[in-house]
Amino acid sequence: MANTFELIASSTVGSGGASTVSFTSISSSYTDLCLKMSMANNTASWVDWYIQFNSSTSSYTDKLVYTGNGSSASSTSDSGIQPRTPLSTQAWMNAEIYIPNYAGSTNKSVSLDQGWSRNASGNGSTFTGLLAGLWSNTAAITSIQIVPTSGNIVQYSTAYLYGVKNA
Amino acid sequence: MPNPTRIEINCETGVESIIELTDAEVAEMTYAAELAAEKKAEEDAKAASDATAKAALLVKLGITADEAKLLLA
Repeated sequence: MANTFELIASSTVGSGGASTVSFTSISSSYTDLCLKMSMANNTASWVDWYIQFNSSTSSYTDKLVYTGNGSSASSTSDSGIQPRTPLSTQAWMNAEIYIPNYAGSTNKSVSLDQGWSRNASGNGSTFTGLLAGLWSNTAAITSIQIVPTSGNIVQYSTAYLYGVKNA
Repeated sequence: MPNPTRIEINCETGVESIIELTDAEVAEMTYAAELAAEKKAEEDAKAASDATAKAALLVKLGITADEAKLLLA
């Protein structure tokens, strides 16, 4: 069981916004990685997010179940691990992504939990989601990209990358 | 008008860089957004189609959605 939790790096998006946020040159000295993010997008309609490894846009599979709008749904993706904010502008998404054995030589499993809300009032203004994902690639993860499927990541969005060690 | 920027944090050095996208990267991003929009439209169409089929089935069976849930519980 993990017994250390160390901040590797973090980022807060500035006033100009950003199309993506990337962590590069990630050391292989940890056992697991944990990414915590709180982000919103300036797109006027829905937006999905891709969490990509080593800039790869293929070999991902995931299953997301979300609830809060009176129903539930699931999705699969092949361009990245894909949390969702299926609402309008400024839907803030908080998510935690856990990546065990990220530096190993096996395929990479991922778990993710998320919650999000929008500024506007009305039915279904808060959601929760749980995701299980797999990146079918045996390469060690050395970089992580956070990529909205459209629009820009807005100011004050944050991302924190932690390294977790078993010993 | 300048291209959008991306943020890159080098975990080894701790240096954060704000990098302007190249025209090729902007084109790639636009294309990816179009693909994602198409995928979303397909998902929405399927969800609408499923909902219509479900409603028609309930009418055919002569039961309500709540009664169908009871049957499946």
